[in-house]
Amino acid sequence: MLHTIKMTVNGELVKAEVFSQMRLLDFLREELDLIGAKEGCGKGECGACTVLVDGEPVNSCLMLAVEADGKEVLTVEGLGEGDRLDAIQQSIVDNSALQCGYCTPGIVMSAKGLLLRNTNPTRDEVVEAISGNLCRCTGYARVIDAIMQVSASSDSQDEGSER
Amino acid sequence: MAREDYLGVGVIRNDAAEKVTGAARYAGDLKFAGMLYAKLLRSKHAHARIVRIDTRKAQDLPGVKAVVTGKDFPNRMGLYLKDRTPYAVDKVRYYGEAVAGVAAESLEIAEEAARLIEVEYEELPPVLDLREAIKPGACLVHPDLDTYEIGAAFFPIPNTNISNHFRVRKGDIEKGFAEADLVFEREYYVPHIQHSPIEPHAAIALYDRNDKLTIWASSQSPFAMRNILSHSLGFPMNKVRVIGPYVGGGFGGKAGLNVEATLVPLAMKCRNVPIRLVCTREEEFRDTFVRQGMLCRLKTGVKHDGRFTAQEFEMYWDAGAYTEYGVNVTRAAGYSSSGVYDIPNMKTDSYCVYTNKPVGGPLRGFGHSENHWAMEQHIDQIAHELGIDPVQLRRINLQRDGSTNATGQVLRNPGIEQCLERAAELIGWQEVSGPGVIGPGVKKVRAKGIACMTKAPAMPNDAASSAIVKLNDDGTVYLSIGAQELGQGSFTVLAQILANELGVRYEDVRVQPIDTDYSAYEWQTVASRITYSCGRAVIAAAKDARHQVLEHAARYFGVPVEDIDIAESKVFVKSDPERCVHISTFSLGVTLPDFSGYGGPVVGRGTFIPEGITAMNPETGQSEKPVANWTYGAQAVEIELDVETGKIDVLKVAAVYDAGRVINPVTAATQVEGGVVQGISIGLLEEMKFSEQGKLLNPSYVDYKISTAADIPDELLVDFVEVPQEDGPYGARGIGEHVMVPTPPAIANALYHAAGIRVRTLPMTSEKVYWALKERVSASLR
Repeated sequence: MLHTIKMTVNGELVKAEVFSQMRLLDFLREELDLIGAKEGCGKGECGACTVLVDGEPVNSCLMLAVEADGKEVLTVEGLGEGDRLDAIQQSIVDNSALQCGYCTPGIVMSAKGLLLRNTNPTRDEVVEAISGNLCRCTGYARVIDAIMQVSASSDSQDEGSER
Repeated sequence: MAREDYLGVGVIRNDAAEKVTGAARYAGDLKFAGMLYAKLLRSKHAHARIVRIDTRKAQDLPGVKAVVTGKDFPNRMGLYLKDRTPYAVDKVRYYGEAVAGVAAESLEIAEEAARLIEVEYEELPPVLDLREAIKPGACLVHPDLDTYEIGAAFFPIPNTNISNHFRVRKGDIEKGFAEADLVFEREYYVPHIQHSPIEPHAAIALYDRNDKLTIWASSQSPFAMRNILSHSLGFPMNKVRVIGPYVGGGFGGKAGLNVEATLVPLAMKCRNVPIRLVCTREEEFRDTFVRQGMLCRLKTGVKHDGRFTAQEFEMYWDAGAYTEYGVNVTRAAGYSSSGVYDIPNMKTDSYCVYTNKPVGGPLRGFGHSENHWAMEQHIDQIAHELGIDPVQLRRINLQRDGSTNATGQVLRNPGIEQCLERAAELIGWQEVSGPGVIGPGVKKVRAKGIACMTKAPAMPNDAASSAIVKLNDDGTVYLSIGAQELGQGSFTVLAQILANELGVRYEDVRVQPIDTDYSAYEWQTVASRITYSCGRAVIAAAKDARHQVLEHAARYFGVPVEDIDIAESKVFVKSDPERCVHISTFSLGVTLPDFSGYGGPVVGRGTFIPEGITAMNPETGQSEKPVANWTYGAQAVEIELDVETGKIDVLKVAAVYDAGRVINPVTAATQVEGGVVQGISIGLLEEMKFSEQGKLLNPSYVDYKISTAADIPDELLVDFVEVPQEDGPYGARGIGEHVMVPTPPAIANALYHAAGIRVRTLPMTSEKVYWALKERVSASLR
């Protein structure tokens, strides 16, 4: 059955007709050509398809496109401003916290979701936030460091604004 | 003269921005107008005769464009042994083997069509037990083995399930055991595991109106894939084109030719239409290459003072339904069977055994993770039996300058001693001997363990690399290579080498994506050989380009070539550095003061083949130089064992490798970090489990766990030793695979030091450790 859905994707209003069974992941990748979210397992086990829906990280392979009707979706393509990377992305680059890169967009979005709700996470909270994102290359330590550094630097910015 | 502007520098990866923004395209991200979608029907039996396949209902389904079966393409293919067809022909040999393929307008239609294909099987007894498979009279997985085409380095035994028998006969084994004061013998086992890249295999195939087959593939081996396809199709190589976008993790699983082959017969039937196949995670677990299981018996003779006198090593590889690539794993594990030790008398037999299980193939470590699991626990246990500290027993037997390894090769300055000492220092090693004892009421216990390793690139003696360097009008540079970026950082390191050697800015070098129609040739991105082998080709190509720039500049400045230098993309006169222009002045030739032209566009070429590698004696495995080089390393770990649950936590790891020369300390360190965590994962978690009928029971991340961010050590110390590799670029040699090899045995050795127990079968799960602890306690009460 076809449904008309409306959602905001990376700040732009999107209106489309989709079948009931279409997954949000397929809607993003196939209909909108946003290929940053990857399919690693199709069962919500690997986290490569993580995007933010109303600010919360979700496995977009487990969400139907119709479930995102009326919501705000943020994918890795929506991060940063113009040519400037988001602080999380920049930190991952600076820390060499990626290798093959296939899990990276999902990790970036999980980290973004964490920092949106908690600007000053502990290391354990960072680990928990990305523990659903499988990575076979990096061994995770640099990824955790990279996210911790972003929260530390946003801390110092806050302090700066208070002075 | 080589500059060193970019050597030992941790430049930012040149693929980072693309990957972190989601812009990097992988094979499964590619989409073409009119593209069809493929789905494969897979066998539900481990061993069966195909009596009948009826595809009519599938063919009649609207939207279906083609249905193929084994009969459509019965040609055998393979890298070292041609024993495999894209689809099963007459017989299925493992649960999951492709029986038929469908191409349709949508994936949903393709899946529906695959369900409509009717297959009638006549079940055959499956060969699942390794010990049964090698018995005389065993049911044969490949009765026609002796008719298959096979490389000269491999030795199948006709009318058995053994597709390769590799032998080492060194010294006098009987004399060696007679000299021993103690003979120590144990069995060890390694289960099947999966590479588990996060990107599943993906490919798109197009057979166009020019009779040309083009494949976009997630592949470590575009050129090897072209080679295998060309041979099996009977196509000239200029009619086969493989394009390789970024690969989302390989670990060996995307080497050679794999699921891509199933698209070929479909593409032949759907002329001029691209067809895409993306593996499901279940298929990724079962129907791409897996790491073979291995059962071995290791017997060592040793003197009271700790010196080894003899070693007998029998390895049986559970190699699965097809061993086209796996035969070389068994060979590599055989010729490296002395490990890092100098053993005067050796007898090794490594058998590659067909079974009705998924197809064994290369996985990071290539047989060495498996044989070191045995060797490095074995020596540790011998140390305890003799009352010698395990580090000390290793010192006594280590290979040193002038030592010989399993093949009788005389070794020059192996870096293992430095690696071992440094790893021991970093972990804070204190002498131990004898098993750990857990006192009453103790709930958690900490202990340290150590293991060494060595590995050589397992490749044909003539595995070649090449590189082309092109200078653009504006002085930016294109580097064309056939080596693939799998995440290991090769594009970055090779760009660094080029920038360093040519004298240009690293940021100005762009590595071109691989396309076998345009890229410089590379055998395969495997064997930890790219920095070493392709690095040498890049140096040669850069030197060639540099020479052309110098010639142009010498004419331009009117000085001898020797008086010109290039640095940071500036070309200058050494004796008068103010006379300096940007390198772009010479990219396309040079305009001389009289306005005449000279030279032409700068194009450098470079090639490399490691020289002097000779065949091993087929009876004895002996050779003066059997492989290109050996990389050594050592890892020490500190674990915490939860006595009540059997759970092992790895707290600290010290990993030290002899990289010869570290070109990029960051990418080198990241290789080690990722490898160690993969090693921990394999050591503690990973095992493919099969039913009694040979069905894989855990093809998902729920049932087959790999390490997550919550499973990593608190502290990971990485260090490098730099004993130069004579023919390596600036002395460098590979480390990519080596880094996960010694992790599991180091953990196993720590477990013994902690609790006096040995789990000689991987993985060391909490359950196994728990029962071993129970057993030890009840044994001590008896």
